[in-house]
Amino acid sequence: MNAIEIKNIGLKYGSVVALQDISFEIERGELFGLIGPDGAGKTSLFRILTTLLLADSGTATVDGLDVVRDYKQIRNRVGYMPGRFSLYQDLTVEENLNFFATVFGTTIEENYHLIKDIYQQIEPFKNRRAGKLSGGMKQKLALSCALIHKPSVLFLDEPTTGVDPVSRKEFWEMLKRLKAQGITILVSTPYMDEAKLCDRIAFIQNGKILSINTPEKIIADFPYKIYAVEAENNYEILKQLRENPAVRSVFSFGDSLHVIFNGELRIENGQLNVQTEKNNYQLSIVNCQFKEITPTIEDCFMALVNE
Amino acid sequence: MENRVISTNKLTKKFGNFTAVDSISFEVEKGEIFGFLGANGAGKTTAMRMLCGLSKPTSGSGTVAGFDIAKQSEDVKKNIGYMSQKFSLYDDLKVWENLRLFGGIYGMKDKEIAEKTDTILHELGFEKERDTLVKSLPLGWKQKLAFSVSIFHEPKIVFLDEPTGGVDPAARRQFWEMIYAAVERGITVFVTTHYMDEAEYCNRVSIMVDGRIEALDTPKNLKTTFNAASMDGVFQQLARKATRGEN
Repeated sequence: MNAIEIKNIGLKYGSVVALQDISFEIERGELFGLIGPDGAGKTSLFRILTTLLLADSGTATVDGLDVVRDYKQIRNRVGYMPGRFSLYQDLTVEENLNFFATVFGTTIEENYHLIKDIYQQIEPFKNRRAGKLSGGMKQKLALSCALIHKPSVLFLDEPTTGVDPVSRKEFWEMLKRLKAQGITILVSTPYMDEAKLCDRIAFIQNGKILSINTPEKIIADFPYKIYAVEAENNYEILKQLRENPAVRSVFSFGDSLHVIFNGELRIENGQLNVQTEKNNYQLSIVNCQFKEITPTIEDCFMALVNE
Repeated sequence: MENRVISTNKLTKKFGNFTAVDSISFEVEKGEIFGFLGANGAGKTTAMRMLCGLSKPTSGSGTVAGFDIAKQSEDVKKNIGYMSQKFSLYDDLKVWENLRLFGGIYGMKDKEIAEKTDTILHELGFEKERDTLVKSLPLGWKQKLAFSVSIFHEPKIVFLDEPTGGVDPAARRQFWEMIYAAVERGITVFVTTHYMDEAEYCNRVSIMVDGRIEALDTPKNLKTTFNAASMDGVFQQLARKATRGEN
């Protein structure tokens, strides 16, 4: 039995389509990433799966239970960390954790082993009110509260948005350890570089799933040759390339530009030629090295969105 | 001297016995894109609040856009622009109403506001969205509009606090092209981000650790100095040295 099964889920807010015919499964013990920008529909899908919102169409199960019929049982079995901090601001760190343990009929002691790694980092501040915590500490408390009843499926909605790169790395190390304990994790993120840390990912944009696979397979299936180019003034080169009909797409990537051509790139005597179906184009770009590279997950996402 | 848009000398902010910003001294030149990086809790927000004239330094001094941040904070506010991920526009006002409101706050004349509104909506390709409530715009559009609003009054410098958090990859890049365009018009840009690829788009970058500026240079030089392939590598090395953690 899969941990999560989603079949033809659709949702509208008035005339706005939030989710369109979404279907996929998440295996037990999988660390599954829902990758997409703000407004893609990630939170709506999370809310449907955690029984907080009814879909307009389709069905879904979590832990084999129907999200509509068996909502009460599901709520006992899942942990949910919403994107917006939703603990009690005027309770202390320890009071919040105690509250969630009690609501689920357990104690902090009983499941302390699950949260130990995370909770220890905020334990020195256990008498501080949650509202007075910094962003990173709130995030750790929220994760502790979502875990304290030993859920079988954990839903994390953008846990790392606005978090610095070092803390993000630490957070993903924690997720790996939770996965090792057998917990199924569905995590959403707008950071494309986090995708490669998941077992499988789904790209989502405008309420539609663009692709589902392992990160490695998504990269291997990339249909174009992609080149990196570095120049003194990348922005100037970017503008030149974008005007050129031989160029399919060009985007900034850190210190280089990533370019996809509409045909085969040939370099002869330092001259760049692109042979498309109909024409041969010369590129008058000098002093630049075009190097073929393996695409990143972000390249894959942008190419899919472009289509 | 007039080429320095920001200049600080041992700028310090203490809260009780906690030193949030610890004697930072740096300069930003006119027309620069200056990346202000640091882990959560490193002191970026506190430093930025002082530079914007919203918080008085405990000791040390600084000038922004030619005005003293402690003694002339009102003049500082008039000559800067500010935009953050969390707050930038009024959701329940229409697109044109937001532009009208911010123009008015900065003392622009009605005619000037009307003309500039047309120009900006045209540049953004937002002509059809003039009467749309801001809350119904996608985040990427909102952030582009917010940036236009933040430089609506042609400030000398604009402070951008994590302007692209959560924005989709293509919109994030369009946003940076707007930054380049603003720089070409002579506006200086001071930006914080958690996307390390964006750090590469800055002319110079500073990295704060425990309230101090631990490194300040061009991305290229920083990568050489720290023997790292990317700015992420530089950041990871420096930020892991932090001892005070988040408070």
